[in-house]
Amino acid sequence: MIKLKDPFGGIILNVAFRALVPFTIVYGIYVLCLGEFSPGGGFQAGALLSVGVLLARLILGSDAKFNIAGQTSIVMAGLGTFLYAFTGWLTLFGGADYFLDYNYMPVHLEPAHEMHALAIFMIEIGVAICVMMTIINLLDSIVKMGDDDGRTE
Amino acid sequence: MRGLVAVILAVITATFCSVVPNLPAIGDANSAPNRHVTPTFIERSAEDTGSPNIVTGVIIDYRGFDTMWETSVMFLAGLTTVLILTRNPVGRRPEEENVAEAGTVIK
Repeated sequence: MIKLKDPFGGIILNVAFRALVPFTIVYGIYVLCLGEFSPGGGFQAGALLSVGVLLARLILGSDAKFNIAGQTSIVMAGLGTFLYAFTGWLTLFGGADYFLDYNYMPVHLEPAHEMHALAIFMIEIGVAICVMMTIINLLDSIVKMGDDDGRTE
Repeated sequence: MRGLVAVILAVITATFCSVVPNLPAIGDANSAPNRHVTPTFIERSAEDTGSPNIVTGVIIDYRGFDTMWETSVMFLAGLTTVLILTRNPVGRRPEEENVAEAGTVIK
């Protein structure tokens, strides 16, 4: 059973995907930041970022730099969801009558579009973190079924 | 009981299938959803939300509350999958033999 603690694959995976990982992560961040202006956004960026992290783990095992696994990813997924709701609360603190009314972000920017842009960007970061960590979670939990004690590390 | 469920499912499926010929054609400008709020979104999206991308404007700004719970549902689905698939004994119901043993202790 695959455990993903140890690297597997050999030289082809190692050489081919090692070059792919940084570009995948950079492209994920690009899709996240340009989601407001072009097709893309939080959900797609989260999927791309999770692919980058998982590829790094396939190549290097648990020695990978961005090795987010186990309970960390569960907590981060919750934090991503919280960031979305927190943006809604920020607008309430700014004096809005309705949840997620971006005209009342507590920072003042001219014109009002800019406050919308800031809130949309915060929300997309939250969605991207949640999607990324949830996908890592799913793979982790499926893979860990093969472990003997089944505990997260 | 199982036969009744099958009949109910067959009726629902037949109803859904019978509706398909009456659906509006794809891209029909006069269909009900295209006449309701869509023109407003297309006209006012850039001005209201500040986003040149209408899709982002709709899902994050006009429908922001919906997207928030969508994200929450996805987080909870992932969390539930982890809880089901992880064989962590903490918080689990006792296995069958343990239940039997506990029963004998109570007796």
